[in-house]
Amino acid sequence: MTKMRVWRKPDTMSIVFIVLGALILLFIFVPPLKTIFSSSPGTLWNTLLEEDVYSSILLTISAALIATLIGLFLGVPLAYLLARHQFHGKRFLEAIIDVPIVIPHSAAGVALLFVFGSNFLCGKVFHSIGLGFFGAFAGVVIAMIFVSVPFLIDSAKEGFKAVDVRLEKVARTLGASPWRSFFRVSLPLARRSIFSGSVLMWARGLSEFGAIVIIAYSASFLGGRASVLPILLADRFDLGLDYTRPVAALAILISLVAFIVLRSIAYRGEKA
Amino acid sequence: MITVKNLKVNVGEFLLRQINLDIKPDEYFIILGPTGAGKTVLLEAIAGLYPVLEGKIWIDGREITRLNPEKRGIGIVYQDQALFPHLSVEENIAFGLKLRKCPKDEIKAKVSAMAETVGISHLVKRSPVTLSGGENQKVALARALVTEPRVLLLDEPLSALDPETKERMQGELREVHRRVKVTIIHVTHDFEEAIALGHRVAVLNDGCIAQVGTPEEFLRRPSSEFVARFAMSRNIFSGRIVGIEDGCALIDLGGAKLMATTESKGEVRLSLRPEDILISLEPLRSTARNCFQGVVSDIADRGSVVYISVTLPLDFYPTKSTISRESLDFICLITRQALDDLQLRKGTRVWITFKASAIHVF
Repeated sequence: MTKMRVWRKPDTMSIVFIVLGALILLFIFVPPLKTIFSSSPGTLWNTLLEEDVYSSILLTISAALIATLIGLFLGVPLAYLLARHQFHGKRFLEAIIDVPIVIPHSAAGVALLFVFGSNFLCGKVFHSIGLGFFGAFAGVVIAMIFVSVPFLIDSAKEGFKAVDVRLEKVARTLGASPWRSFFRVSLPLARRSIFSGSVLMWARGLSEFGAIVIIAYSASFLGGRASVLPILLADRFDLGLDYTRPVAALAILISLVAFIVLRSIAYRGEKA
Repeated sequence: MITVKNLKVNVGEFLLRQINLDIKPDEYFIILGPTGAGKTVLLEAIAGLYPVLEGKIWIDGREITRLNPEKRGIGIVYQDQALFPHLSVEENIAFGLKLRKCPKDEIKAKVSAMAETVGISHLVKRSPVTLSGGENQKVALARALVTEPRVLLLDEPLSALDPETKERMQGELREVHRRVKVTIIHVTHDFEEAIALGHRVAVLNDGCIAQVGTPEEFLRRPSSEFVARFAMSRNIFSGRIVGIEDGCALIDLGGAKLMATTESKGEVRLSLRPEDILISLEPLRSTARNCFQGVVSDIADRGSVVYISVTLPLDFYPTKSTISRESLDFICLITRQALDDLQLRKGTRVWITFKASAIHVF
């Protein structure tokens, strides 16, 4: 539905705000766009066919996806608990969830090694079932989970909070067990927040450098070794800008396309 | 049938305690109380959605105090309906049946029959977000009733509706209750709603049940001043019983001395309903024992009815033995027609008349 708008002369404040807003928009928009268009489609295609590039892209996307799935499985229940219950120490718990956002990511990588390295506690347990983290795919995944899961938990929590608790109560009186009321009412109603939180988590995982560079600078992947895209980019940068530019363009393109597709799925069928 | 014994519930700022209810099969039972009296919490405690500290609840002789809400056979309808926004009207109504794993064609038949009963057959394909408050309320009713609960809890179901819809929905509720055999517990803060719908009414005050009785009993014999006020008995006085005349107690109000039928003695509080007072320009010749002259001091227009305040003269020299008061005003209810006929104005001298039995002494 289109609305006719009466043109009104904007006041000075609106003009100033529009100019400032336009500046920051250009700042966000121009560099990625310029990077994409600085390489010809032919160059991009050839770059994509380089083995270390495509395996890096596959590694990054799949590791971020698995990280997000694990984040969903472990994070959504916690988000639900936090949205529904009041208890002592809740604020403290919520602060803990956001710790990965505030600590330097390379430090996070070191911290993870302390727990998941083969000489340590958790690492030993996983090692005994043949799952190693250092320089391994699983290492990339846990680094991604660590730095990006707060986005998913926070978003899911807000989503659950927005679901009227009485809807769950009505579902209970209609014969639903707590499980059923969760899967038939709470989860469907919070799905949009959970989905957008997942997209955020996935995208954050794609771009992770600091934690991964410590745990899995390169990971064994598809019978060879590969580094995640941000690390590949940094490697290429050492060789010179010309080697870096097409890879950067590819990274930006892939993320943007994925972001646009996922957003349109999330808002599918929703009225503006 | 539902029985509640010595229920104690922590509402947060206060406790609901000593809650005892005995609700008969298929009764329309009202719990009346001011906003914030803990009415919703009481309903949720009965439904198993709110923890109970002490006490027991039975339905049809079976104790359900610790039973999960989904096993109690209790339906609930909230003030703002709480319909599932992600489901259509039809799916909302079918929700409980699907959980019970009913066969598809049975669900279909039951849903359309129930939609018919509450009068929303034409809306079943719509989304609840697009419906009006009254329509949504019917969907919520249908959703609760289709699972054939033994008890239906209504939490201020009419409070969010406009006055016209509210009155129509009162009629529909009465009709639905007549058609579907179910025990209803309906909580409200609206006295008129309680009187219009309830077979019996319980008044909740200060965390306790102040009185249980029929609407008639509430109008005629409120057990306390709180109940009397809630029942909109506008004339509440303190007085002292100073003697007995012709089998009636003589109550001194510090101005007029009233005749009342009561066994009480000494200091009393009493109430008199505004509609029980007759107003006339000349003293009435009737069997009513109380007749006083006063002056119209206020006229409050309520549309079709009018409240008239009549001020009576005080004792000129109050002695220690009489009640001392600032003023003695009686509020009387008359129709607009009567106001026009009597041509009352502020300052008009009138007579007020009421029976000795109209006075209720607490």
